[in-house]
Amino acid sequence: MPMSNASQLDRRAAVAALLKNRKDTLVVSGLGSPTYDLHSVGDHDGNFYLWGAMGGAALIGLGLAQAQPGKRVLALTGDGEQLMGLGGLATIGVARPRNLDIVVIDNQHFGETGMQASHTGRGVDLTAIAVACGFAATGTVRTIEEVKRLATEIAGPADGPRLFVIKVLAENPPRSLPSRDAVFIKNRFRAHLGFAAT
Amino acid sequence: MHSSKPNSETRAGDDWPSELYRMLKAADVRQMSYVPDAGHSQLIRMFSADRDVTTNVLTTEEEGIAIAAGAWLGGQRSVLLMQSSGVGNCINMLSLSAIGRFPLLMLVTMRGEWAEFNPWQVPMSRATQPSLEAIGLKVMRAETAEDLVETVEAAAALAYESDQQIAVLIGQRLIGKKKW
Repeated sequence: MPMSNASQLDRRAAVAALLKNRKDTLVVSGLGSPTYDLHSVGDHDGNFYLWGAMGGAALIGLGLAQAQPGKRVLALTGDGEQLMGLGGLATIGVARPRNLDIVVIDNQHFGETGMQASHTGRGVDLTAIAVACGFAATGTVRTIEEVKRLATEIAGPADGPRLFVIKVLAENPPRSLPSRDAVFIKNRFRAHLGFAAT
Repeated sequence: MHSSKPNSETRAGDDWPSELYRMLKAADVRQMSYVPDAGHSQLIRMFSADRDVTTNVLTTEEEGIAIAAGAWLGGQRSVLLMQSSGVGNCINMLSLSAIGRFPLLMLVTMRGEWAEFNPWQVPMSRATQPSLEAIGLKVMRAETAEDLVETVEAAAALAYESDQQIAVLIGQRLIGKKKW
């Protein structure tokens, strides 16, 4: 299949627009560029950054959403990371949390390992998979105006999990590195929710 | 008498699934995820009927490792049920539990080690404990119902109170021969 859906959207501008009014949204970022993107917008106690556990971002989001039903949870990940966790979309579809959104920053490439083309530029549509898994809403956006509208939409209530794809330009902006100390980030996150370090 | 149920459900005075359920509830477990195993069937039914516990059926076992970490980030304790063949699916995802020092309690029913009829269960059975230990988990094992309840109680305390990552292996001898 030919390359399709190439986008000129800058990923950092897209993530900044998406999170501009995040309020008390809790965010889990998938390893690689989404973790750098999330940090580039500004470090936050309600962020949990992954540096590994590929395929796990949306599912960490699920466990968190189930434990915190009163808060919105966003799993911010990349196409490669989500492709490794395709089965998890079925698990999330069955679990049907009303407070979990997955946003895939989709550059159609494995950006961390030399920009090899991924499945999403070759016809695989993550939103169609999410629909088939029973997600409440899905969509694909390509412009900054559409991202701004998406930010407003995901701030509102949902009947179930939602998955949105933001198509972005395949490039590696300068890295913006959060702490790689997962115990520190974990305890900071829990303290943010009012749980004392034990 | 012939029965399609595992021995664990028919053996009189040996109701370890109910005891495990009561003990895990007393430990304030609020989320349970699983890939089904016949040996876990009663425990799965009990948790699934409990409106105070969120249960997730998984497509592959490593999903449960990630869900457990998310549950803990959100302030809830969880337990993950699988059979030994599923341990191999979990290894890279266990990096998350290990490096983040996330409390983790996995209950693993063993296949491929005692009166096993399916030879394909044997290689992963042999690799279960070494691979869990290689990624940094503490492995505990039980061969009798009494020992199992006591072992899981100790494992739960180690996991939730001491931030440890624990797999309890439930011997196939305890589960009984699969009837089919």
